[in-house]
Amino acid sequence: MKHRDTLVIIPAYNEERLIGGVVASVAEALPGTHILVVDDGSRDRTGQSAAGAGAMVLRLPFNMGYGVALQTGYKFALRRGYAFAAQMDADGQHEPRDLPLLLETVRSGEADLALGSRFLGRKIYRAPLARRAGMLLFRLLASVLVRQHITDPTSGCQALNRRTIRFYASEIFPVDYPDADVLLMVHRAGLRIREIPVRMYAADDNASMHSGLQPVYYIFKMFLSIAVTLLRRHALPSDRRRGGTKT
Amino acid sequence: MMPLRQKIFAFVLAIIILVTIFELVRKRKLREEYSWLWIVTGVSILLVVWRYDLLVRFTHFIGAFWPTSTLFLLGLIFLMLINLHYSVKISGLTNQVKNLSQEITLLKGEITGTTRPPEDESDDG
Repeated sequence: MKHRDTLVIIPAYNEERLIGGVVASVAEALPGTHILVVDDGSRDRTGQSAAGAGAMVLRLPFNMGYGVALQTGYKFALRRGYAFAAQMDADGQHEPRDLPLLLETVRSGEADLALGSRFLGRKIYRAPLARRAGMLLFRLLASVLVRQHITDPTSGCQALNRRTIRFYASEIFPVDYPDADVLLMVHRAGLRIREIPVRMYAADDNASMHSGLQPVYYIFKMFLSIAVTLLRRHALPSDRRRGGTKT
Repeated sequence: MMPLRQKIFAFVLAIIILVTIFELVRKRKLREEYSWLWIVTGVSILLVVWRYDLLVRFTHFIGAFWPTSTLFLLGLIFLMLINLHYSVKISGLTNQVKNLSQEITLLKGEITGTTRPPEDESDDG
């Protein structure tokens, strides 16, 4: 079945080697669905590889980070009028064959955001110990705050409908390391979250955009972001006056 | 009391700061919105030269012993404020740069045709 109203967004940074294969397997799992690779200012030929594999390509003028690349994809989806979108990583850690089920969850109206969880299904994924401890922490935190059992709040494998696309494309989307805090914002905006089991593989090399980040800053940022989100009165972008800076 | 040498030095310093700020603003090298904190500094130094007793009273008020330590404290507070001011500005600028980059990226995709849907043969863009 062809779904021209659906866009698969893959942010990529220096993934020349893997991106072609990832795009090809998404095209195989979701025939006819549009695929967008957002090249985050890569120094290699990521953009060309992706285009060669048949994806639409957007290229940021310089490296701006995972969250900015991701949001660029959502801004694109919003402008082009896609009704549904899915996101996955370019490093091959997500399984494209799980996308149809994720998309089906939002398509059926069961949820506004379908979250691919690596802990609900079969466990292929083995994270390093320190990372597992961090995951456990955010898992507990997210579950308490969202008042719903969340097993994998840091998942980068998601599917969303237009309401959530609009939310991700707005000014309040936290572009530096969007993770557990996004779930809280989504929840407070009245959007429904549903977790779906997915397969996940340990990233094949260190090129993943999540690695190499200082974990201490990451944890600090997550707590701060969650705290201020709880303190904010307005949950939806439309409730808020126009974003940006005052002059 | 404040020794005359100190007075002259502080006075000259304050004048240099104020003249430099006005000059930068006049040449449009410094925007007015950034100049006010610096002008406040220059004027504060002048105030201390003119009314040293105010500094002494303020020192007693905050429980410090030496007026010099009050000056250092105020200097530090000033630097902290100006840094905070810059942090706020940089945050705003970062966000604007982000939005601009995304906008350029989206427009460039339209213009160069890299975001044309693969099976879409009809040219509508």
